[in-house]
Amino acid sequence: METLQRILADHPFARGLSDKHLELLTGCASNVRFEAGQEVFREGEEANEFYLIREGKMSVELFAPERGSVNILTLGEGDVLGWSWLVPPYRWRFDARAIEPTRAIALDGKCLREKAERDSELGYELLKRMAHIMEERLHATRLQLLNVYEAHS
Amino acid sequence: MSDDPCNFVLERDNFQQLLDVLAKHGYRVVGPTVRDGAIVYDTLSSAADLPAGWTDEQNGGTYRLRRRDDQALFGYAVGPHSWKKFLHPPVVRLWQATRDGNRLDIREDPHESPKMAFLGVRSCELHAIAIQDRVFIQGQHVESRYKSRREQAFIVAVNCGQAGGTCFCVSMNTGPKATSGFDLALTEVLEDGRHYFLVEVGTESGADVLRELSHRSAAKAEEEAAERVHASTVQQMGRKMDTVDIKDLLYRNYEHPRWDNVASRCLTCANCTMVCPTCFCTTVEDVTDLKGEHAERWQKWDSCFTMDFSYIHGGSIRATPKSRYRQWMTHKLATWIDQFGTSGCVGCGRCITWCPVGIDITEEVDAIRKSESETSAAKENHGNTTENPG
Amino acid sequence: MFMKPTVEEQTVHGSLHPMVPQPWCVRRLRWETEDTFTFELTSENGLTKFCFLPGQFNMLYVFGIGEVPISISGAPAKAGSLVHTVRAVGAATRALGSLKRGAHLGVRGPFGSSWPVEEATGKDVVIVAGGIGLAPLRPVIYEVLAKRQRFGRVCLLYGTRTPDDILYIKELEKWRERGDLQILVTVDRAGQNWTGNVGVVTTLLAKAQFDPDNTVAMVCGPEVMMRFTIRELQSRGMGVNDIYISMERNMKCAVGFCGHCQYGPTFICKDGPIFRYDRIQHLFAIREI
Repeated sequence: METLQRILADHPFARGLSDKHLELLTGCASNVRFEAGQEVFREGEEANEFYLIREGKMSVELFAPERGSVNILTLGEGDVLGWSWLVPPYRWRFDARAIEPTRAIALDGKCLREKAERDSELGYELLKRMAHIMEERLHATRLQLLNVYEAHS
Repeated sequence: MSDDPCNFVLERDNFQQLLDVLAKHGYRVVGPTVRDGAIVYDTLSSAADLPAGWTDEQNGGTYRLRRRDDQALFGYAVGPHSWKKFLHPPVVRLWQATRDGNRLDIREDPHESPKMAFLGVRSCELHAIAIQDRVFIQGQHVESRYKSRREQAFIVAVNCGQAGGTCFCVSMNTGPKATSGFDLALTEVLEDGRHYFLVEVGTESGADVLRELSHRSAAKAEEEAAERVHASTVQQMGRKMDTVDIKDLLYRNYEHPRWDNVASRCLTCANCTMVCPTCFCTTVEDVTDLKGEHAERWQKWDSCFTMDFSYIHGGSIRATPKSRYRQWMTHKLATWIDQFGTSGCVGCGRCITWCPVGIDITEEVDAIRKSESETSAAKENHGNTTENPG
Repeated sequence: MFMKPTVEEQTVHGSLHPMVPQPWCVRRLRWETEDTFTFELTSENGLTKFCFLPGQFNMLYVFGIGEVPISISGAPAKAGSLVHTVRAVGAATRALGSLKRGAHLGVRGPFGSSWPVEEATGKDVVIVAGGIGLAPLRPVIYEVLAKRQRFGRVCLLYGTRTPDDILYIKELEKWRERGDLQILVTVDRAGQNWTGNVGVVTTLLAKAQFDPDNTVAMVCGPEVMMRFTIRELQSRGMGVNDIYISMERNMKCAVGFCGHCQYGPTFICKDGPIFRYDRIQHLFAIREI
């Protein structure tokens, strides 16, 4: 039976972390499972956690009244869900839902935020990883905006 | 009114006179009659049209007529019809338009206001009429068609001698005894071989009509007999609803999981809105003839349960059955209070009886109330289920 | 002088009977963009004064097709004619767009609540419009500019999908030339020749000049856009009592009888469409309400 620390270490997010930081993270981690269709968080709620997806599929969604929930992005194994825990006002800007049965590691963002305030090395490691994820997402979003598949005259 | 005694007695044998006098005064008498296995409201040509000796058995999704072992004229509760059928008709033409080149001519349809006498209005129904009065007459705009029909209506109330299986007027403070809003109120008494009606006068018009009937002052024993009828009906309520803090209860629980539960049962068939005596929603339909010269606008009953009801460009706001059931129930019991100052529900039980799957509004309120504390505890553990790693 | 109409005046001036459309005539119709047009109407009943408040709407009837609620987009002070800007998205709005000069349509109104122009006197004014949302806000701009000295700083933040969707282009230029209001326009996606801002309208708020402690904000656009704009306004320090939004729901009668436009305990036709945000804040967060 694997320990939580081993599982965490296997996730791309934790790659390159020192043993000390890995242990710190494990202290704020827990295993979670979502059923297909289960809501993970909702826009406006306090963002106190983020998730490292181990298996399954999740979607990031935005609710528009006449359209219902619009799926903006899907995430799967190896991906990270959620950065609002690190950015004020620490509230989710979107909804998230598990599309398939999903297993993930939930990290206590609130706890990590506080630890990062005191340990700037840890803070930098977290920020580096989050910045990388944000950059990837932004780039992808810009490409989506370009609407490359549309016929342009 | 003068110092006449309040109560009178009309013998069963003289009951036909009431219909005759009303007809003489130009009223079309409408009241309960048996048709298609139910007691509905329709034009009565004589007292023989009344459901003498009939009663109803009602429960969630169930309505059956049964024979009584007496000949009571009003020995049943309420059926699928309510008086809104006459005051707020299901289909009304509002206006007609003609087009001639560029010219557009729109003519409003005259308000046809037949004089109607409602015979057999129950206390819950009097309250329902008063509730619709607030919607149509006492707001910023006045629905003049409703107003003229309403002003012309003569109301003969009947105090229920028997509560229905889904009745909860006691919980809603709307009965079973009629206290106001009638021209005459009758209590039917069958006791010791006698069959008579205790008559209470509510208005001058009521007094005028009574004057033309064979009647006499009520004796104390007769008044007491009527009171026994009222008291026994109170004990027979088939349902009850705890209305304490109900507006805030529902306002707090828009996200309660019970809505998902009821949505799994609700067919959004809209029966409840059609039988509910206070539901007032309508839609309009614009029709035109083939030549394109003549158009009409018709107003028809509508229901918040339809997909179209909340449609704006792009889609419906209330796309899921859950949101539509929630809308109906929250409107009826909560937002109605903020809109019109009273509950929208009169405890008649029709929505329970006529729901094909027997959804019970009293049960739904109860479920939310009881599990409210359970839900807030569950929210704290939202999303996280721990398991063995591996 | 502009007078605030009483209920009686509204029903008298706008319609002899709030339920029956009155014939009005199309004087002018101009397409602003591919799917949006503005038209000017004059009364066929000899009405020379149609009183309305900025933000109110009329029910417009096209013979044989149907009726739609459309905000009045003209100047309240210039009340001899009625001006509406319409986006052709359905049968009735498309039919309105194909009306020729001289054609008649039916008008009932005006209905609804209005933008807080009075409340904004002495304060800064921030107007945030998304897409067709600029149309119901244009009467506010007219009112404010007509009495410019009564207000503090005024800024208009306007976002559309593409440069081709920008409404009232000439007017925006004229307003810019005045120099006494800040106008910031942005598009979601630019074409080749656009040298202006690109990005969602909320990004403009950072550049807007206003004192959050003494400002009235008026926001109109798709609900998602309003939701994010409110969040940005709040993060700039604005209170929920100073933000006003315009809500939209299915409407049939516009007089509170048909029940269609209900939004929680409110009727959009009577209590709205314009709401002070704090009054419906709790409803805004509830889905499918």
